[in-house]
Amino acid sequence: MPKKPKKVLILGSGGLRIGQAGEFDYSGSQAIKALKEEGIRTVLMNPNIATVQTDKGLADSVYFLPLTEYFAKEVIEKERPDAILLGFGGQTALNLGLALDASGVLKKYDVEVLGTPVSVIRDTEDRELFIKRLSEIGVVTAKSFAAENIKDAVASASKLKYPVMIRMGFALGGEGSGLVRSESELRTRLGEAFHRSPQVLIEEYLAGWKEVEYEVVRDAYDNCIVVCNMENFDPMGVHTGESMVVAPSQTLTNEEYHRLREVAIKTIRHLGVVGECNIQYALHPVTGEYRVIEVNARLSRSSALASKATGYPLAFIAAKLALGHSLLTLKNAVTQKTIACFEPALDYLVLKMPRWDLNKFDSAVTSIGTEMKSVGEVMAIGRSFEEVLQKAIRMLMIGADGFTANKGEAFHIEKYLAEIKDPTTRRVFAVAEALHRGVSVEEIHKLSGITTWFLDKMKNIIELEKRLKKETLTAELLRQVKQAGFSDKQIGTITDKTEVAVRALREKKNVTPAVKQIDTLAGEFPAKTNYLYVTYHGTEHDVIPGKKGIAVLGSGPYSIGSSVEFDWSSVQVLKTLQAEGRETVMINYNPETVSTDYDMSDRLYFEELSLERVLDIVQFEKIKGVVISTGGQVSNNLALPLHKNGVKILGTTPENIDRAEDRHTFSKLLDKLNIDQPGWAELTTRKAAGEAAMKLGYPVLVRPSYVLSGSAMAIASDEKSLMRFLERAVDVSSEHPIVISKFIENAREIEIDGVASKGKLEIYAITEHVENAGTHSGDATVVLPPQRTYLETIRRAKRIAKKVVKELKITGPFNIQFLAKENKLQVIETNVRASRSFPFVSKVTGYNFIELATKAMLGKDISGHYQTLELDYVAVKSPQFSYSRIKGADPLGYVEMASTGEVAAFGSSYPEALLKSMMSAGFRLPKKNILISLGGEENKVKLLPAIEKLKVLGFNFFATEHTAEFLKTHGIASELVHKIKSGKKENVGTLLDSGKLELIINLANRGLVREGNGGNNPSDGFIIRRKAVDLNIPLITNRQLAEAFAMALSEVGKKGLESKAWDAYKKDA
Amino acid sequence: MKLILADKTVIEGKSFGADVSATGEVVFNTGMVGYVETLTDPSYQGQILVLTYPLVGNYGVPDPEFFESTGIHISGLVVSEYSETYSSASAKQSLASWLKKSGIPAISGVDTRALTKKLREKGVMLGGLAVKGNTIALEDPNKRNLVAEVSIKEKRVYGSGPTKIIAVDCGMKENIVRSLTRPGITVLRVPWDYDFTKEEYDGLFLSNGPGDPTMCGATIQNIKNAFKKDIPILGICLGTQLLALAAGASTYKLKYGHRSQNQPCTDVTVGTRCYITSQNHGFAINRKTLPKEWKVWFENANDGSIEGIKHTSKPWSAVQFHPEASPGPTDTAWVFDEFLASVALYKKNHA
Ligand SMILES: Nc1ncnc2c1ncn2[C@@H]1O[C@H](COP(=O)(O)OP(=O)(O)O)[C@@H](O)[C@H]1O
Ligand SMILES: Nc1ncnc2c1ncn2[C@@H]1O[C@H](COP(=O)(O)OP(=O)(O)O)[C@@H](O)[C@H]1O
Ligand SMILES: [Mg+2]
Ligand SMILES: [Mg+2]
Repeated sequence: MPKKPKKVLILGSGGLRIGQAGEFDYSGSQAIKALKEEGIRTVLMNPNIATVQTDKGLADSVYFLPLTEYFAKEVIEKERPDAILLGFGGQTALNLGLALDASGVLKKYDVEVLGTPVSVIRDTEDRELFIKRLSEIGVVTAKSFAAENIKDAVASASKLKYPVMIRMGFALGGEGSGLVRSESELRTRLGEAFHRSPQVLIEEYLAGWKEVEYEVVRDAYDNCIVVCNMENFDPMGVHTGESMVVAPSQTLTNEEYHRLREVAIKTIRHLGVVGECNIQYALHPVTGEYRVIEVNARLSRSSALASKATGYPLAFIAAKLALGHSLLTLKNAVTQKTIACFEPALDYLVLKMPRWDLNKFDSAVTSIGTEMKSVGEVMAIGRSFEEVLQKAIRMLMIGADGFTANKGEAFHIEKYLAEIKDPTTRRVFAVAEALHRGVSVEEIHKLSGITTWFLDKMKNIIELEKRLKKETLTAELLRQVKQAGFSDKQIGTITDKTEVAVRALREKKNVTPAVKQIDTLAGEFPAKTNYLYVTYHGTEHDVIPGKKGIAVLGSGPYSIGSSVEFDWSSVQVLKTLQAEGRETVMINYNPETVSTDYDMSDRLYFEELSLERVLDIVQFEKIKGVVISTGGQVSNNLALPLHKNGVKILGTTPENIDRAEDRHTFSKLLDKLNIDQPGWAELTTRKAAGEAAMKLGYPVLVRPSYVLSGSAMAIASDEKSLMRFLERAVDVSSEHPIVISKFIENAREIEIDGVASKGKLEIYAITEHVENAGTHSGDATVVLPPQRTYLETIRRAKRIAKKVVKELKITGPFNIQFLAKENKLQVIETNVRASRSFPFVSKVTGYNFIELATKAMLGKDISGHYQTLELDYVAVKSPQFSYSRIKGADPLGYVEMASTGEVAAFGSSYPEALLKSMMSAGFRLPKKNILISLGGEENKVKLLPAIEKLKVLGFNFFATEHTAEFLKTHGIASELVHKIKSGKKENVGTLLDSGKLELIINLANRGLVREGNGGNNPSDGFIIRRKAVDLNIPLITNRQLAEAFAMALSEVGKKGLESKAWDAYKKDA
Repeated sequence: MKLILADKTVIEGKSFGADVSATGEVVFNTGMVGYVETLTDPSYQGQILVLTYPLVGNYGVPDPEFFESTGIHISGLVVSEYSETYSSASAKQSLASWLKKSGIPAISGVDTRALTKKLREKGVMLGGLAVKGNTIALEDPNKRNLVAEVSIKEKRVYGSGPTKIIAVDCGMKENIVRSLTRPGITVLRVPWDYDFTKEEYDGLFLSNGPGDPTMCGATIQNIKNAFKKDIPILGICLGTQLLALAAGASTYKLKYGHRSQNQPCTDVTVGTRCYITSQNHGFAINRKTLPKEWKVWFENANDGSIEGIKHTSKPWSAVQFHPEASPGPTDTAWVFDEFLASVALYKKNHA
């Protein structure tokens, strides 16, 4: 073995975004553990503060800094690591590593790249090199041409004949790629593509081919194994991140399976990967021909999935291999007896399903293709396809009870054939609809190219549903439908019974599930694993019930509004419980999480977070108590149902949780406690809504309980816009009432995150939003400690928190959101659970809020003196958006959350922290050219001081017509930019395309209303914002943020930004 | 249909094969693909096979040219779920129809994980598949000469090259024939008890096959005679055990055998290389009895059992796993290359 490095730098992946989600928290954490175990010092660079990997006690040193070449160099200079790991932080880390190598930084500081060498990474990332390398050993790739300009690209496409596939080198999650049907379409796409990547690839389009993936591990001694193979439900053309995926493959013969395996091993050996990688194939369904689509020479979303699917700890092993260990000397962590050099045999199958949140965006396109749009995923384990399919659909938490028997319009698809042919996010429900209506499997196959085997299984589900409707519920039929994944609730819907009644009947007839182990060897060797799933295809439990442990409910899929922060919280609960000597049972099914690592809990159930399944587990394990307050809304929603079924909920009582959740009771409670709140009313007709809004006074905030399309919340500035929203988007009825609140304009938003014990506030942190209320708290830039909030306001917020805590007898975590305006404090909402900002406030204040909350829930005394206000440093948290993925969506802050993740940075001062935080979310500081486009008088007047600051800094301004005029009257020169429609030069369109712009400040006229965007007649404002995103130009759309940014930039000035480690801030304090 | 085990366990299930009863030794295989190849592997003669992968039948059954022998060799099949529908361009019929036509019973709806754990803990045991209402007496197939049952009856020639290889068929898989039949080579496939020592040949191959190797006295004697010459020998699976027995070692029965596609085997002569192999055997070489002119070549990285042997000076070697794959990984196909290279060398030196 080569000499072990002493200190290793690990690059993380930054904020969660589409194409790069929580899976890299898992892989990074594993890598750190693997290195630490060997006494190697670890330095982690990752601004994602909500991750487990950035926790104290993991890496020796953590840098919450932007993942850019500049900062990486600073860190290297300071830390002088002797080696670096590039494969554990997704495409971000890989690209940064390549840049550091290219610029000579690694060489200069003598930093060795561990694992797969940089030259090999280049071979896999540069499409031209890649194809060349593979052809050297006769491995076949799709016919393609690389182009570095539009002319060559167009020429290549006509050679290949349309449709063609276009893609970009060095890209992530299929970004910028897609099916192109004509030359004009190609030209438009190329414009955008070349803004993001120097190289574009034009490729033959492999329509109808099966898509298959292999996860390969190789050590430095040329031992090479395939840990898992996977088959996509959708044929080529739907990104693997957008497709349902099964593991292992289901329709490949032995010959196909092993032929592709052989090609995989041959390819990986030839390339010289050391560690982990995946290889993607297209496989022709008739001729059996294959094409290699790509190799990702790093841990990926698929490898996280493969890891959870098989129990093989891919990231951990990859880190060990990077250090030079051999697969022969590493143990199979699951059996502890056998070695890591083996290929898992599964005696179950898993199904991964993507979770999309496109309906949060009014004009977003819901078609799916070669670009990733999903924000998270779920994985179901079972022993039949029907079982895993229905489980997975429920796991998505989109309101579906399974493949069929769904209530709600959303799952009944009118143009089902169209959505089968040109896939949308609802394709699976379109298939259900078609099968219901008697469309044949053959027909669906013809339209979609989906392998009939999958469709036949889906048809089985529909057939069983028919039997359920007709036949009596015998034990045999019950067992059969349970084996096909029907939930009690679904059976109830079909047979007109309640879920409770079905459960009772089932238990009476002894139709109950079995608990099975994931052991990597299909039972061949005894395994002590605690990694479990529940199935109806079994007569025997693999384990005996545990010793009355405590169950922790996880967060379910990553989605907008529920992200890695809740996984972090769950993990903290597990750690605390274990430290307190309690047995832990984790329940979660998100394969991109750390909480589902089987070494995090005493028992891991990779299972549904449904009442039915949690009850199954609680009953089997004789669970003593359940923690529901750290997994976000998914677990919180189970509090009352579980409680009603006699399950002990730890912490605040479910009745009191409900008092905070229910708008009516909570509002009364606030009135009783003399706490102010914005006026509101609940209405069941449009007319009443109009009257109520009038009474409250516009603008108003509208929250329907039932949404037909688009976003769930809206701000209406007048009656006209209110009615338009109500007509277009929502159903208003006594069954689906809407809530209308007075929208408080120009109010600032602050939040309290806290922990209480038996109704007494024990610790709290106050955070302040940079943006005014109206930007969802999840999309806001958050500052701790507060910079602009008066001490008196803070005191009053605290007093309110104390009252609420006392009234609800809170034990455990909670969060209260306030509006602050002119000395007035109003409460927006209270969540009696951990909020999104718990990791942030914990890491910034240095007190682990979840640890304290857990102890409080166990009845421990957590009282103490906690200093959370007077800090000698400032931390800022910024949202991470994924607008570039969500084609057609307006990137404008709104009351509905749109960000997919978050990042944070520390600084000695607020300006410093703000800039670093913004940059951590991908913002680049401008050097020269800024486009300013300010809608409305108020925006212009109020932003003027900020623009003056920027002027002093020497920036060159471009401005749209009215803005230019306004600036001129205030003595600020700018270059006039015309409206696009004018056709004049320079207009907004030509300027954006010119590539000159480094920042765009665009404030919408009526910042409140999201109208006139997208559609057939988009406003110039929308075009500017959308293009900024599509062309990857930094964009600010909020006035307060623009002000803060200008202030920060002028204050930081030439001093520059410091690159200090997290603990350095503590030491200086 | 019922699955009855020697320990009196009775498991109810659904029949999806032929409507007949059968008995055999119940064994499990953990491969995730390859039921066609597995069912037609003659080494399974007399065995009731439990597939641990829960979905079986997904890609149907292709033309017989893709089989490992002329037909199904297992006595019965046990699965968790049989897939009524299948899809694959190569499929010509469903697994169920093939089983029915072949007269082989099969049962689905069995908790194969529970069954596997039982076999793992208690060892492989006799069992039977019984049609409703039938009672069956369990018979031990290992008392029969299974090799004689599956070996060809008449010798057969493949190819027409100057180099001649004798392949002793103790239940030889077709893919071995395919792997050996290369340009310039004639393969003479002979019955298990055929005295090949009278033939002229440049290489001797000993095939896989079912059951206890000690039942093959005639083959062992012939191998002993072959030791008089320096002609290269390669054994696979049962062939390995026969070679070891001829060399003077003894064999023993493994508790529940190795039947899977993921057995890691370390080349102990190198030390750093490990291969993922396909396996199907119930017997192994007793390490202590291996004569000193023989060394261990491969070792099972999981349980340390012998997976390959090599003579210290002669070109004689054997592997317990299946380099011909089918089903399973193809990583060790080079074993054939090495053998054929040594045959070529021998031929050259003795020209
Ligand atoms: N030549 C092609 N024809 C049709 N679809 C393709 C082709 N190449 C890629 N795809 C589709 O695009 C997706 C993304 O391409 P891929 O090369 O895997 O990029 P990424 O790096 O985003 O994973 C694939 O999952 C596949 O479905
Ligand atoms: N009455 C109001 N006046 C002004 N802004 C509001 C008001 N109510 C809510 N908001 C804004 O809308 C955002 C989302 O509202 P909230 O009730 O917190 O919804 P959620 O349950 O999605 O967190 C808040 O963060 C705040 O910015
Ligand atoms: Mg890909
Ligand atoms: Mg909120």
